[in-house]
Amino acid sequence: MDLFIINFLDGLIYGLLLFMLSSGLTLIFSMMGVLNLAHSAFFMLGAYFAYQISLYLGFWVGLLVAPPIVTVLGALVERYGLRQVHQYGHVPELIFTFGLYFVIEELVQYIWGKNFVEYRAPESLDFVAFTLAGGSIQAYKVFMLLCSVAIFLGLYYVLARTRVGMIIQASLSYPKTVESLGHNVPLVFMGVFGVGTGLAGIAGVIAGPTLQTYPGMAFALGSIVFVCVVVGGLGSLFGAFVASLIIGWMKTFAAAYNVGAAEILIYFGFEYPDNVYYHPWRDLWTLTLPQIGPLLPYLLLVLILIFRPYGLFGRRDA
Amino acid sequence: MKLFKKFASFVLASGVFFSSSTFADTVKIAFIEPLSGPYAASGSQGLAQFKFVAEDQINKKGGVLGGKNFEIIGFDNKLSAKEAVIQVEVAIDQGIRFIAQGNSSGIANAITDHVKKHNKRNPDKRVLFINYSAVDPALTNDKCNFWHFRFDANADNKMDAITDVIAGQPDIKKMYLIGQDYSFGKAVAAAAEKYLAEKTSVEIVGNELHPISKVQDFTPYARKIMASGADAVITGNWGADMLNLGKSLTEAGYKGPIYCYYCFGVGITSVFGEKGVGMLKAVGEGFHNPAPSDEFRQFHKRFKAKYPDNDFDQPRVINALSMLALAIDKAGTADDVVAVAKALEGMTFDSKLLNTKVYMRPQDHQAIQNLHIGDHSADVEFDMDNSGYGMKIFKTVEMASMDSPTTCKMKRP
Repeated sequence: MDLFIINFLDGLIYGLLLFMLSSGLTLIFSMMGVLNLAHSAFFMLGAYFAYQISLYLGFWVGLLVAPPIVTVLGALVERYGLRQVHQYGHVPELIFTFGLYFVIEELVQYIWGKNFVEYRAPESLDFVAFTLAGGSIQAYKVFMLLCSVAIFLGLYYVLARTRVGMIIQASLSYPKTVESLGHNVPLVFMGVFGVGTGLAGIAGVIAGPTLQTYPGMAFALGSIVFVCVVVGGLGSLFGAFVASLIIGWMKTFAAAYNVGAAEILIYFGFEYPDNVYYHPWRDLWTLTLPQIGPLLPYLLLVLILIFRPYGLFGRRDA
Repeated sequence: MKLFKKFASFVLASGVFFSSSTFADTVKIAFIEPLSGPYAASGSQGLAQFKFVAEDQINKKGGVLGGKNFEIIGFDNKLSAKEAVIQVEVAIDQGIRFIAQGNSSGIANAITDHVKKHNKRNPDKRVLFINYSAVDPALTNDKCNFWHFRFDANADNKMDAITDVIAGQPDIKKMYLIGQDYSFGKAVAAAAEKYLAEKTSVEIVGNELHPISKVQDFTPYARKIMASGADAVITGNWGADMLNLGKSLTEAGYKGPIYCYYCFGVGITSVFGEKGVGMLKAVGEGFHNPAPSDEFRQFHKRFKAKYPDNDFDQPRVINALSMLALAIDKAGTADDVVAVAKALEGMTFDSKLLNTKVYMRPQDHQAIQNLHIGDHSADVEFDMDNSGYGMKIFKTVEMASMDSPTTCKMKRP
């Protein structure tokens, strides 16, 4: 049971990290109708900026300064890149962000090299917060958890309870009307894109020390974030939250329990072959849950697209 | 007009002169590794070492065949077997006779198959495969062929050395095996099972493979390892999979040793820093603490002057290129690779630089050499990642696995 609780916590931390990434992505999608394929590249930029700043001024300054830099970069990309491409339709926008991903990845390799960089959690959080079932949870992980919860609550508050949020939501559905009421809709778009990439930046700053900072980090998380967004329902913040947690737990529990296909097959009355290594079904008999764990989110994605194409919490017309 | 003719003939002559000189005076070696994308670190580090060794150890000493230089040409395989085979074809097209590769046994398997087929079909354009790093035992056993030479110790040889050390540690009673789910990870697990059963009474409490480079968060694996009560872990993981596994284990409170194949360099040493001390124990042919020779100190200084950000962590590159050079000289040709391969088989290379012997076993083309177990330590002369930490040798197995059996039945041309 203790092991279950500790895995539950690990899955929660990982899921919330995914949420930090997917929240920005889903926000941008709901606003502009475009999947930002470069989203995970901004995540990586956040980590590298924070690393560079932490070398001189420490982790905390990096945490405060790096996300605004990423936000400004994101806003500039929207203003001088996406907005120009927008008039040609969604496909060119998609291709633009796709290209941007590779440009950023190569730039990062050019500036910081191809190796892992030594971006560490601050020493003040480098201790064991508590121990459960012989496994310890680092204080930094608790800090990660609190940060992501704070971001979720903050975002939810801004979008649902403030005037800014009202204007954003309105420009989502009725941009023409909002514009005629005297609001600067392109500015709102730029702001949302900036904040969305900034959220990816924060995720990078916080995740960098635990998931490691290296040029492959964008690639490693890139596709799973899209799964979160699509499963949750494109454009739904709450959906992204739920889907991220589901996927976080899914991956963690799948890795944690060595349930084998053999046990299931035997349960259904099949007989374990004498020499499994020469059996035609060898791959099936020796399959274990951790081996297919990373595939499960994609399986979920396929099932969702078949049975509920608008996602768990997406609106039918979105 | 006259002037033009003169000029034209000059251009023509110089053109012929230059092109013939580049063709005649270099022995080209194609270096086929990931040079872009997320796995570029290992590829570009290897390329730097190949280029430096070719220049410093071969060309500056007069080259081969009385004055021909080695020329290393990088090809990007993007860590894909399909792309690697295409690049092999491109290299062959450019008249290159020597293919060097080592990152990922999956790719090495594809290349060795391709080279075998190519050499059968094109006896006039045969090539040799210089495998400097891919350690899947199959390459020198079931899948061995005359054209493939391995200069690194294979996964079995390395596990032989690791288990020699574990046998001398009575504290280790429970062992957890974890690796990446592909040919190399499976080979490591199989070798560990075999040698642990032969040499020790260690109980294997976990033996599992995880999908390669698809796991971002290793925490659940670390929890499982802790819960199993393992005293030590053996892993063949490399790159982000190694670093994340190790970091998750330290964060989960694991205190035992991790016996590993690739837990150093490319930033891994620096990220572990103080936390890796007493934990990371790597097997390899190339740890330089204590320094093997004074000559090596000078060599290392020259390397660092040229590549201050890189480590010289694959000294087998020295063995591979030096032995190839000796074989070419002995055969008297760099074009007839059959003669070169025959000269390479059974060669014993006495390296003053590394103060070691390397023997190329003729029956399976597996290099036999000293293997070390190194401790991640700050007490080192040559550090890695410029971090102050490096691998300090604490045990050496001389000419490891010299008499190990092989299933290789080599067909010779």
